[in-house]
Amino acid sequence: MTPLGAILVRDMRIAIRVGGGALMGVLFFLVVVTLVPFALGPDLALLKRIGPAILWLAALLASLLALDRLFAADHEDGSLDLILMGRTPLEIVVAVKGIAHWLTTGLPLIVAAPFIGLFLNLDAKAAAALMLTLLVGTPALTFIGLIGAAIAVTLRRGGLLLAVLVLPLTVPVLIFGVAAANAAVVGPVPFGTPFTILCALTLASLVVGPFAAAAALRQEME
Amino acid sequence: MAIADLANPSRFLRFAKRTIPWLGGLAVVVFAFGINQALVAPDDYQQGATVKIMFLHVPGAWLGMLGWAVMTIAALGTLVWRHPLADVTAKAAAPIGAAFTLMCLVTGSLWGRPMWGTYWVWDARLTSVLLLFLLYLGVIALWRTVDDPSRAARATAILTLVGAIDLPIIKFSVDWWNTLHQPASVFRLGAPAIDPSILIPLFIMTAAFTLAFATLLLASMRNEILRRRVRTLRLMQASAVA
Repeated sequence: MTPLGAILVRDMRIAIRVGGGALMGVLFFLVVVTLVPFALGPDLALLKRIGPAILWLAALLASLLALDRLFAADHEDGSLDLILMGRTPLEIVVAVKGIAHWLTTGLPLIVAAPFIGLFLNLDAKAAAALMLTLLVGTPALTFIGLIGAAIAVTLRRGGLLLAVLVLPLTVPVLIFGVAAANAAVVGPVPFGTPFTILCALTLASLVVGPFAAAAALRQEME
Repeated sequence: MAIADLANPSRFLRFAKRTIPWLGGLAVVVFAFGINQALVAPDDYQQGATVKIMFLHVPGAWLGMLGWAVMTIAALGTLVWRHPLADVTAKAAAPIGAAFTLMCLVTGSLWGRPMWGTYWVWDARLTSVLLLFLLYLGVIALWRTVDDPSRAARATAILTLVGAIDLPIIKFSVDWWNTLHQPASVFRLGAPAIDPSILIPLFIMTAAFTLAFATLLLASMRNEILRRRVRTLRLMQASAVA
């Protein structure tokens, strides 16, 4: 197995097994969405209108959950030092770790979204649009989050700071993700306009995220 | 004097000691002139006297963005050249830039109430400036979280570089989206869209605030260097006892 494949499999195993964050994210997602009707009142028409926004917001918060352990756990058990000394470029390793994180936290959210959307009175078309936007948008959340996770790697209370640092940077993704999900259902702009910008944001973050995170790790671990 | 010479903190302190009174004095003179000009400037034919808020609002916006630009250049200085003064510059610029961004937001909000009928709208320009403010707060929080100054400098430098993406978004937000905020009216192709009777006081006020920014930045950098000396002395004292 190549080093990158080994890291991918290892990270996914850690996330899925006891103590991992994979299913915790989905559970958190469910709990946040359940709280909203208690706060807003069970008005189905209102929930249908703001449903995509709520699901996007819940997905954003849920994808932040496991991020603070992404590099910190590796730092504590020493594997981060091995990764830094290894011959594989750190940027690619970081990207692979991001992919593993997305596969274990982002992907379950996308699978769960249409079912949880039933609580918010989403119809099939809205649910499909939502899944598509989440599928394109959540990798951006993970890869922007990588930067924060790398900056906070040696901090004792990194989790809170991570949210403060990362959430402002994710705002464009949130704006265009929700805009695309809404455009598919109510318009008035065509679905493609915000959706292509969302794709562009994701592609940009796939490039910027690993480089910035790798730079931060190198600086932190000096 | 080259920037490389200022890497020596003692030399920088001498430079700051000589420069700060002059810069500060110049700022006071330009402020006195600018405030006078701003007060005698004619009212806008539609907005009346509320247009005078602009003399605070525009410099606030400009310096909020300049602050981040200074931090971005300093971040490059930290990461690429390891210039010791770059860390100090970045740390000193953050609270000042945040304060000017807040000034821009507050004055804009007070101006929006009589003109737009609301303190706040979620349009692109306002939102991107609010994000800049949040990014400033995040950077300040990061500075305050890491106890070793040079490690904190490198971590914030990376965050600063990533956050610099917000600057062009702020600048072009009024062109890319239809917003309630007016489009660029000073720096644009062709003549400015503002009458010289208001534009000239605006330039003077902007110059005054920029001088104040430079004075505050230098003073704050001097304080930071002295703070680090105190920290080093304390560490030495502690290790001498132990």
